[in-house]
Amino acid sequence: MSIVLEWWTVIAVAAGAFFFLAGTVGLLRFPDAFTRLHALTKADNLGLGLVVLGLLPMIVSVSAGLMLVCIWLLVLLSGATASQLIARTLPRRGTPP
Amino acid sequence: MAEFLFGAATFILGMVALGLARVLRGPADADRMMAAQLLGTGGIAAVLLLGAATGEAATVDVALTLALLAAFASFAFVKAHSAHARDESRTDGDGAP
Repeated sequence: MSIVLEWWTVIAVAAGAFFFLAGTVGLLRFPDAFTRLHALTKADNLGLGLVVLGLLPMIVSVSAGLMLVCIWLLVLLSGATASQLIARTLPRRGTPP
Repeated sequence: MAEFLFGAATFILGMVALGLARVLRGPADADRMMAAQLLGTGGIAAVLLLGAATGEAATVDVALTLALLAAFASFAFVKAHSAHARDESRTDGDGAP
């Protein structure tokens, strides 16, 4: 059982790190600000979620695990709100977003 | 297991550092803010991973504070940006809002 949980941690954390890599590549390589915002807010929040899911089996108490999930939910909420607000500050010239 | 978690935290911090190149390149202020948001999300993931690797429970509180600060940073940026845009339109236009 513990081997299964360890493998779960390894796989989920590695997948989360991969999504952070994808978010950084998108932020650096995408052509305009809207696509960069898209890459950043989706890929990084998913990466953080996978890291949190991977760390959950290592947590001893239920309250600490709930705290981890609450952090992820807070980041999801604030990321979604902030991306909408940041997109509103961008100028709408040329092609529609 | 701790070595793997340390390695994952280092990898994510490296990705965040690469993403900070967007602060230098710009071009818009929103792009720079996106890189700062990436620092928030990636910092939370790295702190959580380090906390799990060392067994330090207080890192969860650090991650929660980082999540809150990243959200407030984005909102403050949008607030300052919209106030700035309003001032510009007031001085440029003919008094019309």
